[in-house]
Amino acid sequence: MIAGYTPACMLLKVLVSYPAGMDIKPLRFLHRGQALELKNVPPTRTLLQLIREDLHLTGTKEGCNEGDCGACVVMLREPGDAHCKAVNSCIRFAHSIEGQELITVEDVSTGGQLHPAQEALVQCHGSQCGFCTPGFVMSMVALHENSRLSGEVIDRAAAQVALSGNLCRCTGYRPILDAAVKMQSLSKDEHSAQVIRRPDAQKAYKISDELATGAYLLPTQLSELLFLRSQHPKAQIVAGCTDVGLWVNKGHQEFAQVLDITRVAELRRIERHDQDQDQNLDGAHHIAIGAAVTLHEAYSALVKDRPQLKTFSERFAGLSIRNSGTLGGNVANGSPIGDSMPLLIALRASVVLMSVRANQQWSREMPLEKLYTGYRKNVIEADEILAWIKVPLPVANEFSRIYKISKRFDDDISAVCVAVSAERDGDTIKALSIGAGGVAATPMRAIKTEALCAYSMPASGLFSSIKTSLQAEFQPISDMRASSAYRRELLSALVDRFESDWRGEKLVSLESWESLAEVLA
Amino acid sequence: MTNAVAPTPTPTPTPVRAESFDKLRTGSVEATSALRQAQDERDNFSLASSAGSSVAHESARAQVQGAVRYVDDIPELQGTLHAAPVMSRVAHGRIRSLGFSAALSMPGVRGIVNAQDIPGDPIFAAFGRDEPIFANEMVQYVGNVLALVVADDVVIARRAARLVQADIEALPAILTTQEAMAQNHFVLPPVHVARGDAQAALQIAPHRLQGSLSVGGQEHFYLEGQVAYAQPQEMGQWLILSSTQHPGEVQHWVSHALGLNLHDVRVETRRMGGGFGGKETQAGHLAVWSALAALKFGAPVKLRLDRDDDFMITGKRHPFDCDYEVGFDDSGLLSGLKVTMRVNCGFSADLSGPVADRAIFHLDNAYFLEHVAISSYRLKTHTQSHTAFRGFGGPQGMIVIETIMGDIARHLKIDALQVRRINLYDAAEATTGVLNGVRSELISLTSSSATKLNEINSALTPFKTEHANQLARNTTHYGMKVEDNILHPLLSKLEHSTQYTRRRETINTWNTQQKHFKRGISITPVKFGISFTATLFNQAGALVHVYTDGSVQINHGGTEMGQGLHTKVAQIVAHELGIPFELVRATASDTSKIPNASATAASAGTDLNGRAAQFAARSVRDKLAAYVSGLDQCGAGAISFKNGEVISPTQSREWKTVVGMAYANRIQLWSDGFYATPKIHYDKATLTGRPFYYFAYGAACTEIIIDTRTGESRILKVDILHDAGRSINPAIDIGQIEGAFVQGMGWLTTEQLVWNAQGTLTTHAPSTYKIPATGCIPEHFNVELWGEANREDNVFGSKAVGEPPFMLAISVWEAYRDAIFSAGGDLSRLNAPCTTENVLRCLRELS
Repeated sequence: MIAGYTPACMLLKVLVSYPAGMDIKPLRFLHRGQALELKNVPPTRTLLQLIREDLHLTGTKEGCNEGDCGACVVMLREPGDAHCKAVNSCIRFAHSIEGQELITVEDVSTGGQLHPAQEALVQCHGSQCGFCTPGFVMSMVALHENSRLSGEVIDRAAAQVALSGNLCRCTGYRPILDAAVKMQSLSKDEHSAQVIRRPDAQKAYKISDELATGAYLLPTQLSELLFLRSQHPKAQIVAGCTDVGLWVNKGHQEFAQVLDITRVAELRRIERHDQDQDQNLDGAHHIAIGAAVTLHEAYSALVKDRPQLKTFSERFAGLSIRNSGTLGGNVANGSPIGDSMPLLIALRASVVLMSVRANQQWSREMPLEKLYTGYRKNVIEADEILAWIKVPLPVANEFSRIYKISKRFDDDISAVCVAVSAERDGDTIKALSIGAGGVAATPMRAIKTEALCAYSMPASGLFSSIKTSLQAEFQPISDMRASSAYRRELLSALVDRFESDWRGEKLVSLESWESLAEVLA
Repeated sequence: MTNAVAPTPTPTPTPVRAESFDKLRTGSVEATSALRQAQDERDNFSLASSAGSSVAHESARAQVQGAVRYVDDIPELQGTLHAAPVMSRVAHGRIRSLGFSAALSMPGVRGIVNAQDIPGDPIFAAFGRDEPIFANEMVQYVGNVLALVVADDVVIARRAARLVQADIEALPAILTTQEAMAQNHFVLPPVHVARGDAQAALQIAPHRLQGSLSVGGQEHFYLEGQVAYAQPQEMGQWLILSSTQHPGEVQHWVSHALGLNLHDVRVETRRMGGGFGGKETQAGHLAVWSALAALKFGAPVKLRLDRDDDFMITGKRHPFDCDYEVGFDDSGLLSGLKVTMRVNCGFSADLSGPVADRAIFHLDNAYFLEHVAISSYRLKTHTQSHTAFRGFGGPQGMIVIETIMGDIARHLKIDALQVRRINLYDAAEATTGVLNGVRSELISLTSSSATKLNEINSALTPFKTEHANQLARNTTHYGMKVEDNILHPLLSKLEHSTQYTRRRETINTWNTQQKHFKRGISITPVKFGISFTATLFNQAGALVHVYTDGSVQINHGGTEMGQGLHTKVAQIVAHELGIPFELVRATASDTSKIPNASATAASAGTDLNGRAAQFAARSVRDKLAAYVSGLDQCGAGAISFKNGEVISPTQSREWKTVVGMAYANRIQLWSDGFYATPKIHYDKATLTGRPFYYFAYGAACTEIIIDTRTGESRILKVDILHDAGRSINPAIDIGQIEGAFVQGMGWLTTEQLVWNAQGTLTTHAPSTYKIPATGCIPEHFNVELWGEANREDNVFGSKAVGEPPFMLAISVWEAYRDAIFSAGGDLSRLNAPCTTENVLRCLRELS
């Protein structure tokens, strides 16, 4: 292990901002082909602070300090995996990169030779003030490198998705999108291989057992996680940290101890249960998504089974957030405006909570909506972990849709989100489930409205009563995103849209550019 | 009143239009190329040199490597402390006490800074002298800074700042323009501008419409937040590293607060991570605060605002509430107009006076307002003090008249472009087609290029006079003659290239077939006045240093915020010296190099500083030419500077060689340059004069679609034809046009500032305040430059481009109104921005 940097300033910071007594394990990661070891990094120090203030690499910028602008985007790679993940460094804890490779904007050009992403940005005049540029560069480099691995050609749509978490205020984006599309043509394989150093397998190391103690707990096995939770019920649990990071940066909360679940091998898995013995709460086949699975991976799995969710999945935050945040975190956090829950509720998903009590592993499973008891309150006990989300596989006659209304299509929080899943038999609805967000203090199942469809009913007569019922069922509030009246109107409008979808109308919403192809022709 | 106005001078919307368009265009091209040729020779430009080419931004290669430094990236001096603001949570109130004990007891906290620590004037040196540096007795908005906490670390400072206990007796707060009007609550006195008799014109007008319109403000959202780093120097002097558009003003504010002479304070700005007007005055606050903290603790102090705090503390684009009453005839020709503008200025005057003035100046946009009366109320509310933002009131003025144009067309059931066209100011001479032949002929007959323009102009004088008598629709309501209007041919060209008429019909048909979706389309023009309306600011200085190896360093009073000013100025200097662009390096703006520089604002950065640098470069060039002419026994006028060579009739020498020889012969290799914009004057008392040197023009065609069930929308297609004069750098100019358009589009669509009933801004971060993202941009987004040289003598024949294209986005607004109208919506309910909810409010009763 090479102690690359041990900045003196950090010792001071530990003294002033961190309670004595808690053992802080050294943070080790790969950077520029070297294994670095940093001591005394407080558990809630962000990766961006580490990069800018401790490593003195000021190319990475702080634009908003809440994961919304992307100026802080860096790349991470896991040992033995060449895939690059562009992530927001501002709301991620430094210790979360333990054992991973960190790549910042300073690292992607060598000897004055620019990476194709950088070269393309220069050629296309994609930087003006330049402050957002490092973040764009890193999102583009990740896209470039991952496309090289997959052999995919980068088109405008792919570029747009890859850059959905990066804001620019100067250019209006056209030259940046042009550059993203152009960069492959500037790419030479040997150049890229040289520029982006492959992680040296010899230097990649396993997370040592000692990280199962101390201020930043990083267990690697489920049993270990459950044990640690039972021992440290007050430790702040984090996964992708895309919300907890804000509690620290904006709410100025401090946590003496953090329990990071993202390395738990079992919880990083997506398991497919499509055999008869693998049945969910509702008796359906399902996929089980571990709590450490990122939003990007989780939604990829959901989209595989339900292709109609693709556009919605790309509207969930920006890619750099989806690369960090987890589905489990979104669910456990239980924000009333979180977008996963209406969908999961409509799909009749359940959650599995696990714990260790008296040396015995316990688990309980419940429908997702039963998790919540009030605004950001839930039934999870102090020693429990939300471990799995089980999503039933689609049945042959399932007709499900999700609609999200926000001020901006991409990377915005819903004013209202409505998911409807129906069992369809011709023009008859045999069963109906509806999840709604932005209409109450928690994500909701529309129980009363669903009851309208206790029996098989012809759809044509049903929609107007669904509208009326939904509007009666919820009393949304007014806030900066929308008024209560507008939200109520949307409940009806989105049922109306569902009806259009049901009838197979061609243009149903404006959310995807593909659906507008005819209009644009 | 009878309609004494001459019949419309513009082509009518019939097939004739295409013909006349061609004629106009051809005429214009001829005149343009001839004018260009003349100007080329006069300026010793050669097209092969760097000015006029799309060289990359001077920092681009470093920017993409993360290798450029913004203030927060500059290595910190030992002992640097960090400050964080303590903010009021009450919109209006009396401070009873501030409890600092909890904050002071936090480890790492050094102390607090408040009004008692100010050696100079406790009021900021802002124009209005109405902003206390720290709220002392009263708080005037949520976010008002009460004090600073200074600590070893920025996070500690921010945490401690939140522990300060502010006991504030809440008083009734005025949060809307309506409340402020009712209570005569002003930051500045109202201004009334009138020409003709609007009331009489309205009374006899065949048609009359009334309406009102609320236009929201806008957060700048520069990606780099506000930051200043104050470093005490020896002998009571100061170095302030500031992210500012106006180092000179920061210098002024800091010295004023510290009770020092200006010569004791040096301000340096290498670049900003975006400005957009938000760092014109607002950077001064940060600089003063950090300097006061540095003074108190005898240490360098950095103050960098967290994004949310930046939203809460700093001013934004002014929200406007406007009422209008307009009279017009059957063709849509305006006869009378009355407009009341209620300007939400926030708690202090800041730049609200000139912003509100510019809204008055640009109420006409491109149209002749014969009988007009405008009342502008500069209202004080208990919110952030609104400030400069790209367009500087222009957008808020223009959107009113463009809304009116659209309303007239909808009222008369005729096409809006036709209404816009007949109301335009008269075409400039060269585009009328009448004078082109004369002008071209004169140019071809005249041999000496140096005197060409003068001769042409004097030869044209009788024609000009005659022309003016024929068509009087060319004087603005503030008495300035519009002499350079190119909108007639420009609009025609855009109309044709976008197939506007055909698309209009297609859309109408499509709309009748769709129940849940409607499309809208609109073409709107822009005419934007270039110059600071305060005439004195229209001056600039520059330095050009040539070193003995032939490399060149330039410095000027402008600042770089991404707009490419340093690139353009370097291009101009390289051009003048006939050397490669790479030999010229721009350096940080620095009050010790160019004193008393104006803000980099009003789009005038290149016009002013580029010209000053051009003069400085010419001065060096003249010295070198004199030297070489002595060597080669020729006149200095025979020496030319091209392609890295200095060429006399007898010999060519390398630039570098000449520089070395000149140095050895004790020739001065550096010079200053100074420029003051000619022709402009403006009388603040009568509100008349020629405040602008020239106008920049443009037009945009935007097509949008709305979902009538949810109010969602998409911008489908955008085509822009914009006048950047003869572009010094087309890529940079197109970048400005696209960026400005998208920023304007954000202002009118997704960017909504929401203050709650307590006066707290609740959209204070990008999670709640939504600027356009990559997915908002249509693939069909075309920008073309109108390549005609500036008719006024401006550097390289270029035109200013920073602000004018922002207002092209008003075409987005009008396209929304078009679509909502097609959906049978009630447009009187539409306020900007066109959020999903605001759109749906026009279509449904939301209760």
